[in-house]
This record gives sequence, structure tokens and C-alpha cells, in this order.
Amino acid sequence: MRKIAVLAAVGAATVCLALAQGKSPIIGLITKTESNPFFVKMKEGASKEAARLGAKFISAAGKQDGDNAGQVAAIENMVAAGAQTILITPSDSKAIVPAIKKAQAAGVQVIALDSPTEPADAVDALYATDNFKAGVLIGEYAAAQLKGKTLKIAMLDLFPGHPVGIARHNGFLAGLGADNIDADTPDLASTPQVVCSQDTFGDQAKGQTAMENCLQKNPDINVVYTINEPAAAGAFQALKAAKKTAAIFSVDGGCEGVRNVDKGVIVATSQQYPLKMAALGVAAGVKYAKTGVKAKGYVDTGVTLIAKKALAGIGSKDVKFGLANCWGN
Amino acid sequence: MSNPTARSETKNWLEKLPSVSVLGPLMALLLSIAFFATQHPNFFTLTNSALITSQVMVVAVLAIGQTLIILTAGIDLSCGMVMALSTMVMTKMAVDFGLPAPLTLLLGLLVSTGFGFLNGLLITVLKLPPFIVTLGTLNIAFAIMQIYTQAQTITVSDENSILLFFKQDISFAGITIGYGAGIALTLFLFTLGSWALSNTAPGRHLYAVGNNPEAARLTGIPTQRVLLLVYTLAGFIYGIAGWLSISRYGIGNPNAGSTENLDTITAVVLGGTSLFGGRGLLIGTIIGALISGVFRSGLTLMGARAEVQILITGILVIVAVAVDQLSKGKNSR
Amino acid sequence: MENIIFEARGLVKRYGQVTALDGTDFSLRAGEILAVIGDNGAGKSSLIKALSGATIPDSGDIFLDGKPVKFRSPIDARHHGIETVYQDLAVAPAMTIAENLFLGREILRPGLLAKLFRVIDHKKMLEEATQHMQGLKIGIRSMSQAVETLSGGQRQGVAVARSAAFAQHVVIMDEPTAALGVKEGNMVLDLIRRVRENGLPVIIISHNMPHVFEIADRIHIQRLGKRAAVVDPKKLSMSDTVAIMTGAMRTEDIPTEMLA
Ligand SMILES: Nc1ncnc2c1ncn2[C@@H]1O[C@H](COP(=O)(O)OP(=O)(O)O)[C@@H](O)[C@H]1O
Ligand SMILES: [Mg+2]
Repeated sequence: MRKIAVLAAVGAATVCLALAQGKSPIIGLITKTESNPFFVKMKEGASKEAARLGAKFISAAGKQDGDNAGQVAAIENMVAAGAQTILITPSDSKAIVPAIKKAQAAGVQVIALDSPTEPADAVDALYATDNFKAGVLIGEYAAAQLKGKTLKIAMLDLFPGHPVGIARHNGFLAGLGADNIDADTPDLASTPQVVCSQDTFGDQAKGQTAMENCLQKNPDINVVYTINEPAAAGAFQALKAAKKTAAIFSVDGGCEGVRNVDKGVIVATSQQYPLKMAALGVAAGVKYAKTGVKAKGYVDTGVTLIAKKALAGIGSKDVKFGLANCWGN
Repeated sequence: MSNPTARSETKNWLEKLPSVSVLGPLMALLLSIAFFATQHPNFFTLTNSALITSQVMVVAVLAIGQTLIILTAGIDLSCGMVMALSTMVMTKMAVDFGLPAPLTLLLGLLVSTGFGFLNGLLITVLKLPPFIVTLGTLNIAFAIMQIYTQAQTITVSDENSILLFFKQDISFAGITIGYGAGIALTLFLFTLGSWALSNTAPGRHLYAVGNNPEAARLTGIPTQRVLLLVYTLAGFIYGIAGWLSISRYGIGNPNAGSTENLDTITAVVLGGTSLFGGRGLLIGTIIGALISGVFRSGLTLMGARAEVQILITGILVIVAVAVDQLSKGKNSR
Repeated sequence: MENIIFEARGLVKRYGQVTALDGTDFSLRAGEILAVIGDNGAGKSSLIKALSGATIPDSGDIFLDGKPVKFRSPIDARHHGIETVYQDLAVAPAMTIAENLFLGREILRPGLLAKLFRVIDHKKMLEEATQHMQGLKIGIRSMSQAVETLSGGQRQGVAVARSAAFAQHVVIMDEPTAALGVKEGNMVLDLIRRVRENGLPVIIISHNMPHVFEIADRIHIQRLGKRAAVVDPKKLSMSDTVAIMTGAMRTEDIPTEMLA
């Protein structure tokens, strides 16, 4: 049904792509889902920034995380609607590339937000968290906190093959001291300390199930890496039910996650900044419309380690900072 | 016909085969348990068995409703999303709006039952195919849930909330069964459902409607009313599954609901119930659900990739459906 | 006049331009087997449907035991003790013989709770099914085997037995032997006779003239939506009967002693 609507929209819209100077530029944002708080915040930021800079803002989303077809349709729609710049958080880093190429061939500037495409240069620019660094930060914190202990680690990942999942996972292990892993390691790496690896799809319930199974495999797990804060909350539930404790680390910095840092559910998390990604993207869109100059390369939108307890030699910010800069509610 | 033939004597136990359609699934379950037990010492333990059961219980209870519907030769794609919506009604109204949890629990059950009733109405009154109707209500429930919740997970932090009732462990003789209350509820529902399906007139009518709707109608069974009742009851069961899910995970989960429909159909099919309707046993469904859970747990312990579990489930489903199709061909001859 | 228990006068049924029943009469005597025959389109099915409640005639009257009745549905007719055996829609193959016999009117356990939840008395149903099937001399060993394990004739036997078990007044059968082989067809004919022996009159529609002549006490010939004649199969030959059916012989030309 969705497809039919899309086709109708494509048919109805006339392809009117021109760098119409004077007319307000059209900037589109395509998120992974409509309603994930991270993307809600991103959309909010982009919309505000567009209004401030006098651009017309349109948005669309996949139905759920991983919905590539929905994003492809959204790109086609936006091209048809005359968008000069499309900002996209790719659900499927590889599968989206042909659609992006087609849009670019029609003169549209495409900028990836939050997640890179594969290859990364398929888009004109990328404004995103350095996910490897996000992993490194929590990995280093874990190493400092648990110094001297024998680590038994559970890795609660996203799903197979996603570059963000790989970058955070590998960053965490590198931060813990694995020196054969770096930002260019292509796949999920492992070390002898890792006793269990599971996919969570970033979902709390699936995170809980994954952790339960890991605890069956190895009841002595004392460190848990999680792809995001909902998965961390699930892992915590599983530990609590099994009457065990382990140090949980995560990435995201959503408000709920920061509160969980405050409660001790999560030891430390790496906070990222969707608002900044959105603002940079919109600004680049307006610039392209005005000057015809496309944005280029990768801009790190920054990542901050949030922990309740500061450790010597580790640069972290406290919960108060985290709450002041968090997204979601 | 006037004198019993030798053939009907020798074939006697074979003739009862349709009613023991769960033998195959049971064998599959036992064999997979035996296999994984040899692979990892932690697999065949009481704790892990209880854990596996508690991991599949939400899908299993959902699949009770799906089984009833498939027995009538229908299908319900909306089950997971209706359940997810009911968990959001139960949790959000209690946590965010401060309504008493028993009331929000009832409201959640009302919503899921209402969706079941709506499915039933569209199928019986407008005579629309169940696949299409429930595809529609799947999307309606999804959209309502997204608008209503903004995809915010709701955590139930009040440990004494009735919404978490089934999270309680059950301890006896020094052993503790995690989520024992939920497991007990699941087993109770399956027992009750199996009993009702084979021992009450409405239960038998449900089979008749699925097996030969025209014959059922001509014998005076109100087939449309039976269908309406089945879809409505299924909706209610989805609400119970929602309650169970909140207890299990401590949250109202707006990301849930999109895969449970296939998970339940998988459980029903693995349990030996025919997608053509009228054949199958509810007990098979819990076996089917457990098969999935056993593979997930066993393969995790073995350190196998997650995809292997999906692969094996896929193969099992095809085998189960092929058996169904072949036995159907045999019977219609 | 013989004891007429089921009667219809001047039944009319129109489907748009087509007049399926054009003021047909009908009568069934106690304890007889009445065959209804006629060319395709003569209105046999329409007549039977009107008598079994499956359609409602536009006009005309139906009398059961001399009293006027109006059937609004097959269920309605069943409440009046009229049971119909349908050609091939009759059974739920995956269910047991006992269940099929009692489908829609299961024997319930005694007690208030059992009645409330409509709990089935499997044991009693099995016993009664066995008893009943034995009464009709249908030799099926186990009433708890699925109907789909039976041969076609045995299945039809189950359907006939079901009707005979519950009919208070009349059993109607639409082409009960059409789908069966020779041997099985004969088994069903035997069965129909036994139903009559048990005191129930039977209306049977059939295209199979040898079957009709073998079993019927009287033959109702339907033609062009009307009852052309009711004849005695012991007196009128098969070829003359067919001649009336096709219109080759006029009703007026039938010798009165051959009418029944
Ligand atoms: N439901 C119906 N709709 C329209 N015409 C019908 C319907 N049923 C019967 N007829 C017509 O009425 C006539 C009598 O049909 P029917 O009673 O089936 O005769 P028979 O059973 O003797 O072949 C035929 O012309 C048939 O086409
Ligand atoms: Mg006919």
C-alpha cells in the first residue's frame, strides 16, 4: 500500500529540479524511523534550522530500522518534489547507494547523517558521530575502572553487518587495550576476554533475552558492552533477575540512558549529538542552493563520555552535563 | 459396509494418526534437546529449561490465539502489533497518566479484544479475507501506537504493580524458577485451551468450521458467530500476552509487534497444525514455540552465529508445511 | 386416502425471468420412499430446497402432519424434524464419526457448569453413535476414527445415519448415490431401506433410474416446474416413466391404474 502511495506521489509530482536562486531551497531529511526519539530530535533540529535559514523542509522515514525500500522510495519522492539537498540516515549502508547515485545524477546533494554509507564516498558529505571513538571512550573507561580484574565480556551488538555496530564494538575492544583492532577493522572483532556475542537490534526486550542467554553460557560475565541504551536497560533486567551484577557500558546519551547512568544501571555511555548533525546538514543544504558548492568529506559531530564517577586519566563529563545535552525525554 | 472389514481392524491405530499430529514436532523437540545437551553442560539444566520457557512464553501465548484462528482456516497478521499496542495502553496510562494499574490493565485488554472483534466483524460481516483484514489492522494498530507513544519505551518502575504480576519467581524444594508465575500462566492457558478445544461443543465447532465450513453450516452450527467469537477471543488472548510481556521485560515496548505474527505462525506450523484449517492440536503450538527457543539457547551456548538459528527455523517450517501439504493430498484422495 | 404427512400445494419460485417452480404440488406418505425425478431444470432441486428450508418459495403452502408450516432456513426445517442429506458437503473429514453424527447437537454432560460451558459427553456420544450405526447395520468398527479414513460409501453412510438419527418426520436425500461406485451405491440403497424400516419416510432425488426403480415406493415426476405425475414403479415401465419425464408421453395418456 505504501508503495502505491509512493508511486502515485512520484507520478503526480513534476520533476522540477533547478538550482532556482531566489526561491527558497528545499531540503529533505530521511530518517531510519519516524518515531525513534533520536530521529525525532534530529528532525526537530533540522526543521528549526531550516526555518531560521529560510529553507523549505520536508521529511520522510522508513517504516522500521532496516527498511531500505521505504528510504529508497523517500529519496525518489524528494527528488521528484524538487529537493536540492537530501539528508539521510541510511538504514542499510550499502543497499541505499544506487538510489543515492541516481539522486546525485539528477543534481541533488546527498549528505549522510549519523551513519555512513558503504562506500563512505557515495555521499557528498557525512556528519556523524565517530562511532569508533565512541566505543574507544567507554572501552578506556572500562579498562581504567576494572584494572587488574579478569574480564569476562558480553558483547550485545546491533545486527549483522551494520557499520555503526561494527565501529562501536571494535572501538570498545580497542579502548580496552586490544592493539590489533583499529577503526579500519572491517568486521566484528573478538578478543579472548569476550565470552559471548549476541544481536539485540537495539531493542530492550531482545537485549534482555540476549543477556539471559549469555549468562547461561557464562555466569561470570562482569562486563557488558551494549550497542545502545535500550539494550543496556534490557541487559540490566537480565542481570537483576539472575541476581548478578556486571558493569554495563553503552553508547547514545539519550536522556533515559543518562538517567540510567545516574541510577548506576549503566556505568558510562558515549553521548552523541543529533541536533548538531541536523544543523550542519541544513546549513550545507542552504549553502549549496545559494552558491552551488557542495559540502565535502566527514565532519565529526563530537562525542562525550558521560559517567557518574570521574576516573583519573579519563576525560569524562558528569550526569548533569549529560542531561543538559541529551535528546529524547 | 454391513460387515466390518479386516482392513479397518488392522488400520485401527493408524487411523487415529490425524489426532496425534504432534508426534513429529515432539520428536523434533526431544531430539534437539538431546543434541544440545551433549554440546554444552549448561544447556540441559533446570535453570536453562525454565529460562527457555520464559523466553518463548509471550510468543507461545500469542500463538494460542493464532492457533484458534488457523484452526478455522484463517490467519492473523495483526497479533503482535495488537499485543504491543495493548502493552502501551497498559503501561503508558499507568506510568505517564497515573491511572491505577488494574484499570489500565483492563483498558489494555479491552483494546486488544476490540481489535480482535474488529477483525472478526470485517471477516464475517463484510466477508473479507482474514489475510487482508489483519494486514490492515496490523498497520492501523502500528500507526495508533506510534502516534500515541512517540515510540517512547515505558518502564514500569513500581515493582508491586499488577502489570508485573507474572514476573514473580516460583520457588520450591530449594529450586527457583525464574518468571515462574508467567510460566505457570502459560501452561495453565495451554491446558485450559486444549481441554476446551476437545471437550466443549464450541471447541469442536471451531474445528468443524475450519475443516468443512459448508458442512458445519448445514448441521446448524452458527459458523459466522463461531468465527467472530474466535477472533474476539484471540484479541483478548493477545492482551493477556501483552500483560505477560510487560511482566517479562518490565516495559511497554513500542518496538515490539512487527515480527511476532510470523513467530506465532512459525510456532503453530512447527506444532503440526494445518494452515488449511480444522487439523491440529494446541499442545503442538507450545512444542513449536519451544523448538524455536531451544535452538536459540542451544546455538548461543555453542557460540554459533545468530543466522544459523534463523536458517534452521526456516528449514523446519518448510518441512512442517510440506508434511501438512502431503498429508492433505493423502486425505483428500 | 393414504396417510399423507408432508404436503405442498401450488409452490411458486421465480429467479428473475426464470420460473423454477410453477405451482407445483407435492405429497409424501408415511413410511414410504418417494423418488423425485425430472429433466435438468425441471425444478427438482428448487422443490427440495423449498421443502428443506434452503429457499423460501414465493407462494404456495407447505403442510407437515396437516398443519401449515413456513421454513425460514434449513435449521428451521430441522427443528420440525426434517433432515436433509446433501450430496457431498455433508461431513467434516478430519473429525471422528461420532463427532460427525452429533455435529451441531453434541450430547452434553449433565450438571449446571457442564451445560454452561457446553462440555461434551464423549463417552455417551460414542455409545449412542455405535448403537445407532449398528441399528442401521453400518459395519464400522470404531466411532472414534476420522471420517476421512472411510470409503466414499461409508462416508455417505455416516451422513445418512446422521439424518436418520435426528429426523422426527422426514429424511430428504439429494443424489445420495451419485458419487459412488456400483457396490457402494447398493450399500447406500440398503441403508435407505433400513431407514424406512425404522419408520421414517424418505424423499430421494436421483438421476439413476435403476436405483429409483429398485427402491422407490412411488415416483414423483417433475416437469417444467410442475408435478407431471406420480407413478407406481411396479406398474409403469422405466421407458414410459422416462417418456413422461421428457414430455414424450403426455400426462393425460397415462393409464390411471399406473398412477400412484
Ligand atoms: N439460484 C438460482 N438462480 C437463478 N436461477 C435458478 C436458481 N436455481 C435454479 N434456477 C433455475 O430454475 C430452474 C430449475 O432449476 P432446478 O430446480 O435446479 O432444476 P433441477 O434440479 O430439476 O435441474 C432452472 O432453469 C435453473 O436454471
Ligand atoms: Mg438439480
